Order: sequence, then C-alpha cells, then structure tokens
Amino acid sequence: MRNVRVTAAEASRADGVSPMDGVSPVDGVSPAVAGFPAVGASSAAGVSPADASQSGTLQSGTLQSGTRVAWAGGGELMFEARGLVKRYQLGEVEVLALRGVDFLLRSGEFVVLLGPSGSGKSTLLNILGGLDTPSEGFVRFRDHDLSQGDDDLLTHYRRDHVGFVFQFYNLIPSLTARENVQLVTDLAAAPMRPEEALELVGLGARLDHYPSQLSGGEQQRVAIARAIAKRPDVLLCDEPTGALDVRTGIVVLEAIERINRELGTTTAVITHNAAIAAMADRVVQLSDGRVASESRNAVKAAARDIQW
Amino acid sequence: MRALRRKLWNDLAAIRWQGLAIVMVLASGMATFVMSLTALDSLTRARSDYFRAANFASVFATLKRAPRALEPRLRAIPGVADLETRIVVPAVLDVRGLAEPATALLISVPDFSPPRVNRLHLRLGRLPTAERRGEVLVSEAFASAHRLRPGDGLRAVINGRYQPLTIVGVALSPEFVYSVRGGEMIPDDRRFGVLWMPYRDLAAAFQMDGAFNDVAATLRPSASERDTLQQLDALLLPYGGGAAYGREHQASSRFLDNELIQLRGMALLPPAIFLSVTGFLLHIVLSRLVATQREQIATLRAFGYSRGAILRHYLAFAAILIAAGAALGTAGGAWLGRELTELYARFFRFPTFTYRVDPLVVVLGAGLSSAAGFAAIWRVARRATAEPPAAAMQPAPPDRFRPSVVERMGWGRWLSPAARMLFRHLELQPWRAAMTSCGAALSLAILVLGSFSEDMIDFVMRFQFEHAHRQDVTVTFTEPSPGRAVHDLRHLPGVLAVEPFRAVPVKLRFGHRSRRLGLMGVSRQPRLFRVIDERMRPVEIPPAGVVLSAALADGLGCRAGDQLTLEVLDGARPIRVVSVAGVVRDFLDLNAYMDLDALRRLLREQETASGAFLRVDERRTDRLYSRLKALPRVASVGIRRAMLESYRRTLAENVLRMRAYNLFFACVVAIGVVYNAARVMLSERSRELATLRVLGFTRGETALMLLGELAVLIAAAIPLGCLLGYGFAALLAWSLATEVHRFPLVVRADTFAMATAVTVGAAIFAGSVVRRLLDRLDLIAVLKARD
Repeated sequence: MRNVRVTAAEASRADGVSPMDGVSPVDGVSPAVAGFPAVGASSAAGVSPADASQSGTLQSGTLQSGTRVAWAGGGELMFEARGLVKRYQLGEVEVLALRGVDFLLRSGEFVVLLGPSGSGKSTLLNILGGLDTPSEGFVRFRDHDLSQGDDDLLTHYRRDHVGFVFQFYNLIPSLTARENVQLVTDLAAAPMRPEEALELVGLGARLDHYPSQLSGGEQQRVAIARAIAKRPDVLLCDEPTGALDVRTGIVVLEAIERINRELGTTTAVITHNAAIAAMADRVVQLSDGRVASESRNAVKAAARDIQW
Repeated sequence: MRALRRKLWNDLAAIRWQGLAIVMVLASGMATFVMSLTALDSLTRARSDYFRAANFASVFATLKRAPRALEPRLRAIPGVADLETRIVVPAVLDVRGLAEPATALLISVPDFSPPRVNRLHLRLGRLPTAERRGEVLVSEAFASAHRLRPGDGLRAVINGRYQPLTIVGVALSPEFVYSVRGGEMIPDDRRFGVLWMPYRDLAAAFQMDGAFNDVAATLRPSASERDTLQQLDALLLPYGGGAAYGREHQASSRFLDNELIQLRGMALLPPAIFLSVTGFLLHIVLSRLVATQREQIATLRAFGYSRGAILRHYLAFAAILIAAGAALGTAGGAWLGRELTELYARFFRFPTFTYRVDPLVVVLGAGLSSAAGFAAIWRVARRATAEPPAAAMQPAPPDRFRPSVVERMGWGRWLSPAARMLFRHLELQPWRAAMTSCGAALSLAILVLGSFSEDMIDFVMRFQFEHAHRQDVTVTFTEPSPGRAVHDLRHLPGVLAVEPFRAVPVKLRFGHRSRRLGLMGVSRQPRLFRVIDERMRPVEIPPAGVVLSAALADGLGCRAGDQLTLEVLDGARPIRVVSVAGVVRDFLDLNAYMDLDALRRLLREQETASGAFLRVDERRTDRLYSRLKALPRVASVGIRRAMLESYRRTLAENVLRMRAYNLFFACVVAIGVVYNAARVMLSERSRELATLRVLGFTRGETALMLLGELAVLIAAAIPLGCLLGYGFAALLAWSLATEVHRFPLVVRADTFAMATAVTVGAAIFAGSVVRRLLDRLDLIAVLKARD
C-alpha cells in the first residue's frame, strides 16, 4: 500500500471544498462499483420503500457487492447516477473524492445530502449540476447523459434545467436584486418575472438594492430567487446557510421549503448541519466518498421549527 | 526575512506574463531614451571633435571676384583667428557609367600646402599639388558611390571643354559632413561630389588668376560673429560680396544641427509615453496583488512583521520589475543606438564616428524609470500596510455600485443586464478605465507619430516635385546668359519645352528686419516651374511686385500690400522698392518670386536667364545628357527622376527599419496595457464570471462580458489615440520647424487606419490570451472560495 500524504489545501482544490475539509488519501485500491442493481433493485436487497416509509428511517440498501445505493421513492425519476467515481490528480498524488456512488432523485423530492467535510457531497452535487463530470460511472438527467457531456451540452443543461444556490451567494455585485434575477430570466424559455421570484422569497420590497446594500440572508434569498426564476427542474443548494446565523439561516430555509412545496421544484441541499435534515423527504449520508446511509422522514419538519 | 524573499519571488512567478509586459514597456521607454541620447552624444562628440580638429570655419562669404591682395585686410578684421580665400565653382562632371551629367563643386586648395581652415582629412592617397596639372582630391561620398580610387580618371567640363582630371586622393571635409546639392534634402552621392584642386589649376581654368570668390574664416573665442560678418561684408561689397554668413547657415552644418534637434526631441516624447504607461501598469498590477493578499498581509503583521518590512516587500516587487526593464532597455537602447549611429555614419561623413554608451545616460534613464515606477506604486504599497491586521482579516467590503450615467440619462431600460454590468464597472473605477483607454490610445499615437514623418515627407515631395516643380531637368548656367543660351537649349535632342528663369541674390528689407535669399524670376504662366499654395493650387505671379513664402513674410513682419526695399547683391547692385503682391504657404526654404520680365526690367537686363527648366522626352535622355555635359555655359544639371530615385532608395532602407521598430514598440504598449488590464479584471471578477457560467452562460457569452468592457475601452481609445497622435505630430512639426523648413501637419487617412488596425489587432491578441484563461477558469474552486 502506498503511503501518500495530501495536504488539506491540495485536497480542497481537488474537492472544491474549503481547506478545512479533509480528504483521505488514496489507498491504491480502486472502488468496488460492479454489480449495482437497476433502479428499484434496492428491494432485491431486502428493503422496500414501503418498509422505509413505515419505519420512518431507512438504511441504505446493501448490495451483494457491498456498495450502498442512495435510494429514491415516488415521482418520476429525474436523476440516475450509477457507480460514480471522481478522481483528481494532484501532481503525483491521486485523490478519490467519490468512490462509487449510486444516487437516484425523483421529481418533486426534497433531499438533504449530509456529510462531513471531504465526504464527497459537494463533488456529487457538482456532477448532478453539470459543473463537473465523473471519472467513472454514469449520471443521467432524464434522457440526457451528463457523464460524457462536453462543455456546450453541460452549459445548456445548466441554463435550461438547473438552479444553483451557493454558500457565498455569488451575486453579481454590479447588478441590483432585480437585475441579478433578470440575468437568468433573460436566458430562460418560460421564466417567471424577476419581481415575482423575489416576492416568492420575501424580497418584493428590495428589488432595486445592490448586493452591497443587502444583508447576508437577503443576498442568499436573492440567490434563491435567481435560481428558481427560470422554473428549473432541480434546485441544487450547496451549504445555503453555511455563511448565515441561525435566524437568517431559517428564513433562507423557509424560502427553499416554499419553492419545493409551492412550485414542486426537485431540491437537493447539501449541508454538514444535521438539523436541516429534518425538513427533507429523504436524507442521504455521505462519508469518505461513499453513501454511508439513507433515511426517509415520515414527517417533514417545517423550516421555522428547526433549531441548531 | 528569507520567507518574505521567497514569497516575493513566488509572487513574481505567479504574475510572470503580466510582469513581462511591464518589463517590456519599461524597456521600450528606456531603449528609446538610451538610443536617442547616446546617438545624440555620439553625433555631438563626432561633430565637435571633427570641427575642432579640422579648424572648421565659423564665418563664410561668397563674392563675385576679388584680388588676393585683399586677403591681408580681411585677416586684419578684429575677431578673425584664421582666414583663407579660395575659388569655389560648380562644374559638370562626366563620370564613366553615369549617363546623366554629375555636378561637382570645385574648391581650390593652396598649391603646395594643405588648407589651414577647413582642413581636409585624407582617407586615401595624398593632397594634389600644382606641380602636375589636373590632380584632384575627391570627396569620400562621391568616390564610394562610383568606386573611385587614387589613380582613376574623371572628366570635368570646364568652360565648355573636357578637362581630364586624375584622382590622387579621397578626403573628408568639415564643410561637407552632409554632402547635399543646394536646394535638395537628401544626398545624391552618385550625382553630386566635391573636388579639391590646387589654386593654380582652378584659377587658370576659370580665369581667376590672382583672384578669389570665396572666404572661410575661424574666429577668436572672444569675437562677435555679427561684427565680423558686418566687416567682412563691408570689405567684400565692392567685389560682389556682402552676404557673409555664420556656420548656422552653412548647408551641411545646418542639416547636422537639424538632426541634433530631432534627436533631442526623440529623447523626450517617446520615453515619456512609455514611462507613463509603465507607471500605470505597475499601479494596477500591484493594486490587485495587494488586494488579493490582504489577508496574507494581515497574517504577516499578526506574526510580527513590521510595516516597514511589508512596505519594502512590495517596493522590492516593483524594484525587480523596474531593474529588469531598465537593464533590458539599456541593452536594447545600446543596440538601437549603435544601429542609428551606423545609419548616421552613412549620411554624415566624419573621420571617426564612434558609438559609446555614456554611463550617465543609463543612470539618468534608470533614475527616471525608478521615479516613474515608484511614484505610481508608492500609495498602493503604503495602503497595503495601513490597515490594522484584525480588520484586514475580514473580507473586504463589497464594491458600491450605482446606476451608470447611461441609465441615469434614462436609457437603462434599453440595456441588458450584461450591458448594465459593463457600464457600471466602467464607472466603478473611472480612473482605471480612463488610464486603460489612454494606454491603448498612446500605442495608437506612437504609430501615428511614427508614420507621420513619412506622410509629411511624402506630402512635401509631392508638393515640390509633382505640383510645383514639374520640370524634368534644371539647367543652371555658369553666369546670367543671354536669350540665345535658352534658345540653344530648345534645340537640344529630346527637349520638349523650355522655361527660362532668372535667379539673383537679394536682400529684402522691411522696417528694421531683413533677409538674404535668392529672388526667382519665373514665367507668369508657367507650365513647368509653378508657384503653388499649400493646397497645391497654382498662384499666378502678378506683373509687378514679389510673391513671398509665408515664413519669409512672417520673418520680415510684412503682409500683402506692404512695400519692401529690395537690394540686389549682384552686378550693379540696384536698390528698388517693391510691393508684396502675395504670400504663399510653402515648406522648403525662404522663397521670393517675381515675374521674369519684371525682374529683368528691375535689373535693367534684356532676355537674360540664370538657367532653364526643361521638359524632355524620356526616350532621348541619353543623347540630351551627353550634349548637356559638353555645353560650356552649363554649371549644373539637376535631374528630377534621378533625385527622386535616390531619395526613394534612401528612404526605403530607413523607413522599413523605423516602421518595424515603431510597430514593435506600439504592439508592446498595446499588448502590455490590454493584457494587464484584462488579467486584473479577470482576477477581480473571476467569481462573477464563474457564477455566470454556472447560471448557464456559455464561454463565449461570459468572455463577451469581460472582453466587452475592454472593447469599449479600446473603442474609446481609437478617436483619442488618433487625436493624440495628431497632437504629437503637431508638436513634432512645431518643434522641428525652422525658417528654412516648415513641416506640414499632414497625417494620411491610411496612417490612422493602419495605427487603428495594429492597436486593435494587438488588443485582440491580448484579449484572446485572457479569453483562454477564462475558458480554463475552475468554476468550482472560484465559487467555493470566500471573497
């Protein structure tokens, strides 16, 4: 076994996470990805969705090969990811961010991906969002294969189907709230009006404010409005409350919750804040580049009731 | 401090291409500075060394004919240190291998000793002596053009007879450092030469025994040139003199002075442009570096590094770039200076012309570069250390944007968000936007300025030789000749048209001001030699009065309608009052024109001519030239085609090289400015651009937002650059203009087009490099990072 040390900074570059995130070094063993089942095969592993909903919690299905599948139930299948492996080359060192992840996401679902820094959740989200491609395995959005996508295809995929929300908002500082949203509605085929999107997140009165004139929570809500204004098929949120205090964080979560509920937008939120998991339909736990467990909430908590 | 030093080199390596661009722009400034000043130094040194060693005269006088007995009285003039009288006459030469006649200036030298004033520097052979007839010394330029060596023969037409001459040596003279025939601008060494002959030979050939017609004198250090000239005039007046002049009016010396003025001009303007651009680039690059390293600076301060240490760290960053630029510029300047000096050595004939880089010039240039560089970054470096560490650890406050002026004017609703971003960014840092535009404009201006001299010369040449002087051949007689002489020319083979002229030296006086010049009597309705205005429209010479160059009228302080006193400095020396019938704006020399018949009446002559302008049949020129060579009255033959060819050949060699240098310098500036501005913008806005990509904007659309801003700045730079270039051209034309040469402010449309195309091309190149970086932007890393 090779004994290679990777610094936190190097790892963060590979994973796209902050330097605090730790990524364990490669042990030289390629991940076991063979033998994963087709959609719904989780029942073959002895666990059925019905059981899950009855028990309230659901362990991820253990396959014969030992690979765990992040399992989805209900609605049309929107994402299907199989055997995702993501490898980064840092000089002579290889870092494995995903070690064979299977993940399904159904239309209208609200999924929280939980995991510590370096668990691979951001990498998974980036692949689902068309910001990155897997080194092995495949990922399909409806009938689009995203795993082989070239830059043009992924750009149009993001433009037409995905809404992103980031930890640090990433608003355009030179544009007002309304214009930040308009930036996206101009590109979309059947968007809502920018004002309508901002109303949805409770910012109808702050339309013409620049980011520098808004609080962190307000900025994040503008980011959400910008993400949903084009009526995306999926809303992907990467630590949306990571830079906010509790009170502001809850306001933001309420906005996300409302979007999912009222617009039926499929939503995936990644966070290392376990409290947020309570508001999801389904919670997928990632650890060390693998799906460690999966559970389903029988009753979703309201965002306003969450505390941390 | 080893860690800081390490950080310094790492930082430099990280911005190596931007650093290289800065080094190149600074090096260009340093190179032009070193080139101009070292070439100026070499030329000045060569001139002063040579003039001193050759005992070059300070005053000169020409006259009709005076007895040599007058010489002691001339010597006795107070202030005269040494004086020599001589015979100077033009003659036609028949040179083997040259169909057309060449013109030579024959100058007498003492029969058995070398001249004391205007000493000759022998390159080959020996001085001629009066012991053997027909010995001559040839000027080096003419000898080189015809590969003449001691022992070779020449034929001169002296008084209509071929006289065989034997070359005994090749020499240089301080009087002909720049060897150009009167009225011409560029040496034509094939058709103009200087021949030195023993006095006895020359006197015999021109019936000048015991007489002289030219004086050259050196002055004592304490002498007043003005007084000496007056006394010379007083003594020589009865002998057809009276128009003595100082060295500043001596043709070769005047060209040399002009060149030195131009070089001095070159040492100022271009380096100033390059240094200001360098300052700007250093400022934006260091500002960005300090902004991105804000937290690093705070950490270093927290660790206990002093403000001074951090200030020195950033100053050292600039110092390394400045030192590299200055070193490269010095090397480049020394190389260019040597090239320029070698070029000068082909036009200006000095016995020794050594190139040397004066360390003082390098020190001065490096000092100026450092001053410009440090002045530009001082405040940035100070600001880097000013913030308390705790505050600097926090993210910088976001930029405060506001609606742009376009939106405030109510046009906002027509703008897309992308266009709004563009205008608001421009307004967020208006100073930087303006400087980026100015930088690109300066590159354009450099190109306009570089091509301006070409356009200007081209215009003057067209003015002079296509529109004003349309004669193919100008024949000058040895002395004013009767109408028969002109008539004879009409019957020469191939002559299609003949236009006689009468030229006479005069002094024009208006109030207390006066000028000496040749008054030209020309046909009232000429077909060949025309007087034209600056728009190239012919000006009719009225039957009475004189038409003056505007520069002459300005010099005299007179206007059309004023009455001038005209004093003829030749023959019976009549003094008349004439009216200024018109003023024309022209470019070369001080000119006064009069109707040919009116001038003849004024001189109380009939049908006389000093020469004639000919239009000839190009197919029969060989026969014409061979006949002209043999005509006794003919003193010189000027051939337009030959002169233009020589001029074009000379120009083609130099222009190509100068054009290449200009292009290089302008591209360095344009690429340096655009590349650095784009890199800084990319660094500042990478998060924003990555966001756009994530939102679904394509690479092209995102690039358009970044490069669109640059495109707007470049678009603004184009009119500004054209205007600046025109302004620089005007400044140059103004600074070079003398009473003798006026420089028309002519910049051709294609010069502007070429300059614009090059600047835009360089900007596109720099933009495409940055576009590649943008395409490779790591979206995830950028978006995850905290601002």
